Amino acid sequence: MSLLEIKNLHVQVDGNEILKGIDLTVNAGEVHSIMGPNGSGKSTLAQVLARRDAYEVTKGSILFEGKDLLEMKPEEAACEGVFLAFQYPVEIPGIGNTYFLRSALNAQRKHRGLEEMDAMDFLPMFREKLKLLEMDDKLMNRSLNEGFSGGEKKRNEILQMAVLEPKLAILDETDSGLDIDALRIVAGGVNSLRSPERAMLVVTHYQRLLNYIVPDFVHVLVDGRIVRSGGKELALELEERGYSWTEHEPVGARS
Amino acid sequence: MRETAVATVEHLESWLENFTEFEKQAAGQKLPWLKKLREDAFARFCEVGFPTTRDEDWRFTNVSAIARTQFRPAKTTRLAPGDTTAWRVDNVAATLVFVNGRFERELSKLDGLPKGVTVASLREQIETHPEELEKHLGRYAEMKRDPFVALNTAFLGDGAYVHVARGVVLEAPVYLLYLSTKEDTPTMTHPRNLIVAEDEAAVAVIEDYASVGGESVVFSNAVTELIAGESTVAQHYLIEREHLKAFNVSTLRIEQGRSANVASHSLLLGGGLVRNNVHPVLAGEGGECLINGLFWGTGRQHLDNYMHVEHAAPHCGSRQFYNGILDGQAHGVFHGRIVVHKIAQKTDAKQTNRNLLLSDDAQIDTKPQLEIYADDVKCTHGATIGQIEENALFYLQSRGISEAEARKLLLMAFAEECVDRMQSSVAREHIERLIAEHLLLMESASRYQPAGRVVERRVEEIG
Repeated sequence: MSLLEIKNLHVQVDGNEILKGIDLTVNAGEVHSIMGPNGSGKSTLAQVLARRDAYEVTKGSILFEGKDLLEMKPEEAACEGVFLAFQYPVEIPGIGNTYFLRSALNAQRKHRGLEEMDAMDFLPMFREKLKLLEMDDKLMNRSLNEGFSGGEKKRNEILQMAVLEPKLAILDETDSGLDIDALRIVAGGVNSLRSPERAMLVVTHYQRLLNYIVPDFVHVLVDGRIVRSGGKELALELEERGYSWTEHEPVGARS
Repeated sequence: MRETAVATVEHLESWLENFTEFEKQAAGQKLPWLKKLREDAFARFCEVGFPTTRDEDWRFTNVSAIARTQFRPAKTTRLAPGDTTAWRVDNVAATLVFVNGRFERELSKLDGLPKGVTVASLREQIETHPEELEKHLGRYAEMKRDPFVALNTAFLGDGAYVHVARGVVLEAPVYLLYLSTKEDTPTMTHPRNLIVAEDEAAVAVIEDYASVGGESVVFSNAVTELIAGESTVAQHYLIEREHLKAFNVSTLRIEQGRSANVASHSLLLGGGLVRNNVHPVLAGEGGECLINGLFWGTGRQHLDNYMHVEHAAPHCGSRQFYNGILDGQAHGVFHGRIVVHKIAQKTDAKQTNRNLLLSDDAQIDTKPQLEIYADDVKCTHGATIGQIEENALFYLQSRGISEAEARKLLLMAFAEECVDRMQSSVAREHIERLIAEHLLLMESASRYQPAGRVVERRVEEIG
């Protein structure tokens, strides 16, 4: 059984069809990259997988470990092991970072029938993950993402992922707005989480991130359809030639 | 014209009877100044009657339900000490319990106060040391401005008297608990508090209104005069958590001297029809005033906050922060009036009112009103009206937190903004506990509706 199986997925937002029949299979241990021009539907796919209800699925199915993902609420999907690193992480004044993350972890542990983690067990583990992302623990005493720089917000997303240890991590334009140092740190964090049990879906507009997070598969999304799939070399080709050729040249790999 | 001609008091005879009865037993009727104060106030009330929504200051709040009702002074109801243990707040400097407006010594705790601090019931103070009161009592709360103040002054009988001598720092707050009991007929109380902190002193007072023993129509009409001397630090906390049949009108009139630092904090959770008046006058140079509040209504509650910040001296700063949460068919009002007198140059006044509407039928009226007569001032005001942000909700859910829990976290965070500004840890912990209990109550009533589309209106002006 594959970890994630998307079949003929059609999605509308406010009556406009954004995804027009997506087929994608992801197995545990694989890193897939979804590339495409702006407005092609990359972020929509990411948000649908995280179960945002503003998106209306009109056709098709998504199975996660054989279970119907479309029947799940966002928190259920999260508890099953789906994680979305947001393109624009939300600032929430009044909710502390550490408190939030422990609450989230405990909600997931409860769902899996595990005991809740108290602060004594949580903090040492948490400090390890902070080191991994080279983050100042002073930030953690502050409100969730409040007053964080763009780079700090993205690192905080990967930190959350490191703590929550999902089965499927979806990274939505995690590279956007990062300088080289931040990109290196974020990518390092992501790479350290690669494992045979975990799959990743790296959504990006640019090839840049893929120099650091090398994918096993690259898919090109144009106008709501995957027009081409291939190995990591496809990303390099896109970098050189842009996206427009993918729509016109015949596709060998895809039937 | 016709309107003024008919602006007489409903049930005038009943009010006359109440007043005559009151005068027979009131303390200090032999004191000419006090007798006159009461009589002038009663005359004023009879002259103007209750306000109507035609009055600009009462545009959003209809008090005809109060005007229509024939209230009687509450009977003396005894509560055993055991009945009030649940209400106790720990680590306070003193506790004064009032049952239906009357001071109950057995339920109170007044011993162990430091030297230079006087805490007494106003009635006792009138009987024993009226000369200390004459200088301040009724000098600040303006009966001409507000008929409810006139009514309170007419029936001025009991309440709390707190005096802190020059240079004395009273760290723990004085806790005033006003309990209303269930009665057969509509009852009224007119608590009157006088808090005087002399120069370079520090004081904190918590005024807490609650009901005990079931619901009946009660009307609490309180007035507190708080006088803060030069370089004095004073905090006032108002808590309203009565049942939904309660009418609660309260007026806090602050007079602050040079370089005084005063804070007014309020928490409105209960009461059916509530009006919270806060009127600080920054009368000395370099004064700072913080006006902070949270109102949280549901059902058909009406919670009105009328702020009137008066800058009457140069180089003063005032900060107003009010957060409102409204669910069900609740109606909230925030009226933020800032008056900067001609002399009050270099005034720095800021006002922020943020509101969350949790249901389609909830309503908020927010109205800034700036009257600036000086020419070198900084005054800003802003108001937002929104729902629980869908983005924030989704973000929390996407990490595994349930929708109900995520809503709760977001509401707590919104409330916490106000709690964080409260300086006294004793008051803050008490208030945090009340908010947590309130949230549980809301939850069990399962009033949470999924938020619809996010609508945010933002008004931000600088003038």
